[in-house]
Amino acid sequence: MRAFTQHQGLVAPMDRSNVDTDMIIPKQFLKSIKRTGFGPNLFDELRYLDEGKPDQDSSQRPLNPDFVLNQPRYQGASVLLARSNFGCGSSREHAPWALDDYGFRVIIAPSFADIFYNNCFKNGLLPIVLEEKIVDQLFDEAEASVGYQLTVDLEAKTVTTPAGESFSFDVDDFRRHCLLNGLDDIGVTLEDAELIKSYEDQRRKTAPWLFGAGQ
Amino acid sequence: MAGKTLYDKLWDDHLVKQREDGSALIYIDRQLLHEVTSPQAFEGLRLANRKPWRIDANLATPDHNVPTTDRAKGIEGIVDPVSRIQVETLGKNCDEFGILEFKIMDQRQGIVHVIGPEQGATLPGMTIVCGDSHTSTHGAFGCLAHGIGTSEVEHVLATQCLVQQKMKNMLVKVNGKLGTGVTAKDVVLAIIGKIGTAGGTGHAIEFGGEVLQNMSMEGRMTVCNMAIEAGARVGMVAVDGTTIDYVKGRPFSPTGENWDAAVKYWRTLHSDLDAEFDKVVELDGSEIMPQVSWGTSPEMVADVTGNVPDPAQEEDPIKREGIERALKYMGLQPNQAITDIKLDRVFIGSCTNSRIEDLREAAAVVKGRKVADSLMQAMVVPGSGLVKAQAEEEGLDRIFLDAGLEWRDPGCSMCLAMNADKLGQGEHCASTSNRNFEGRQGFGGRTHLVSPAMAAAAAIAGHFVDVRELLN
Ligand code: SF4
Repeated sequence: MRAFTQHQGLVAPMDRSNVDTDMIIPKQFLKSIKRTGFGPNLFDELRYLDEGKPDQDSSQRPLNPDFVLNQPRYQGASVLLARSNFGCGSSREHAPWALDDYGFRVIIAPSFADIFYNNCFKNGLLPIVLEEKIVDQLFDEAEASVGYQLTVDLEAKTVTTPAGESFSFDVDDFRRHCLLNGLDDIGVTLEDAELIKSYEDQRRKTAPWLFGAGQ
Repeated sequence: MAGKTLYDKLWDDHLVKQREDGSALIYIDRQLLHEVTSPQAFEGLRLANRKPWRIDANLATPDHNVPTTDRAKGIEGIVDPVSRIQVETLGKNCDEFGILEFKIMDQRQGIVHVIGPEQGATLPGMTIVCGDSHTSTHGAFGCLAHGIGTSEVEHVLATQCLVQQKMKNMLVKVNGKLGTGVTAKDVVLAIIGKIGTAGGTGHAIEFGGEVLQNMSMEGRMTVCNMAIEAGARVGMVAVDGTTIDYVKGRPFSPTGENWDAAVKYWRTLHSDLDAEFDKVVELDGSEIMPQVSWGTSPEMVADVTGNVPDPAQEEDPIKREGIERALKYMGLQPNQAITDIKLDRVFIGSCTNSRIEDLREAAAVVKGRKVADSLMQAMVVPGSGLVKAQAEEEGLDRIFLDAGLEWRDPGCSMCLAMNADKLGQGEHCASTSNRNFEGRQGFGGRTHLVSPAMAAAAAIAGHFVDVRELLN
């Protein structure tokens, strides 16, 4: 996995709460058996005026001029500023894959849906929870000044504005450690293979009906 | 020290390792796999040269992409080549790794969350995961069950464990008795309407109270299914006699001595009387009316006797904007009566409501009646091949067909419209599924979430009606 330590990037504010994963990447694009290539279809129904189909060249499609990511000032954004309960709905990891493929590295919101939040960390994407009023402030600043950038430091757990104002955020130690070092979760877990085996042996004795049934 | 909640018990029983940083390794008893969220996980295994840890813990079936007509053709019957590749890929992966799969032609094929319980592959006390957020369904059996992403599917395949942080405990208690014509679906929609789509975020919800105690397993599955729509990855109901009776005699269920030992353990799977919850919400079951969603989020629900809200009455500006946007998308007017919403299609199916009891409930309403002429389509999609067979044995298919509803083959179908079943732009659909997000059932489609009985009543009337009027 790609490590994440620090990032500075252009901020795109998406002023809408309860953005669900169907909205982030509509179902017709879930048919791919790959992890990449979802970027052009990120927010497909909001971004384009026509109906998106898999395997189509999206560069030729009519853009919705009202959608925030289509505005020239937000081209190249890598920090997504969002509202509460971002990423609710389906567990599709295609949602973080699409955000990542588009070029986002950080998502800041007052709250995230649990599964989405978790999926981000598996893909080198950093979701940051900040208090609602701080998020409001960042929205105001991002909308007020073209080229507004934020600096995120995962080591220090801070988000810093261009004016030098710094906000700290919380992230649990295990996820932070894996992300900072780009660790493969599975590899880390397999270091405890012996422990898993002994748990399993015990369980085979106490709950034998859970093993081999129906095979 | 306070007693343990059901969630605490399940957690403790599956804890392999508590790490100092607060994360924990939790052992997974069962993984269900389907074609959409598994291909990249299997590919990951191959790339890292890893093998599945425990093959017999896995069970697979294709459901999201399968057509619901012409199934005699098998995989060849999938017209969309991209869908076909996904179903074929699942088959190849399961064959390569030796994982049991109910393939498209197998009568046991169906929606993952229907076939697990049906086969007894879902047993009380298990930890169950699937790359699908509605895995919470299995919590109805006193399981710790939740949806995971594809990286975690790979993680469970490779290690039989999941890295987790313990969630908080929440109790949603529904007291009293439900009125006639009010079903499990109305209960869960009313709960989501009350606590909101983020009301359970970070929590494992246990559903309890007299209403849940009196509910069938099908009903409990419907309620737990939509825990995720209340923001909770996990929904659960304590094990009781209803649970144990349901599990008995199923293909994967234990027998003989193992059965007795299992039942003894299962009987302990309830929250202790002195257990403490971080959050408790209570509802009065007798006050719950048949529900209809009017907006684009499952919390946007109203009683069938009520009206679409007026955004002008909402004080919170973000909520007001949300309502305005939803009404615009849904093509509804503020204060419009729910019963004035006209429908183009009706969909009875999905992992929320496609079990035999749901079909019986819908059939009881349409029996001897005809689908409204104004409707373009009304279809019934059973949750599995076995549900279909049982319904046919009971003659439910004839009741639906005589009334003018289509009788389809099992799969997710129009719940998310990955196969050929979808809504056209601007069409209103009464749907027994679980999500009414924009475009969920087709580009520009307008979904209204309801119970099977309410969907059936709407099919007859061509607009929403209070099903209780038809039942009298
Ligand atoms: S029926 Fe719908 S919600 Fe259930 S698993 Fe299928 S697509 Fe998901």
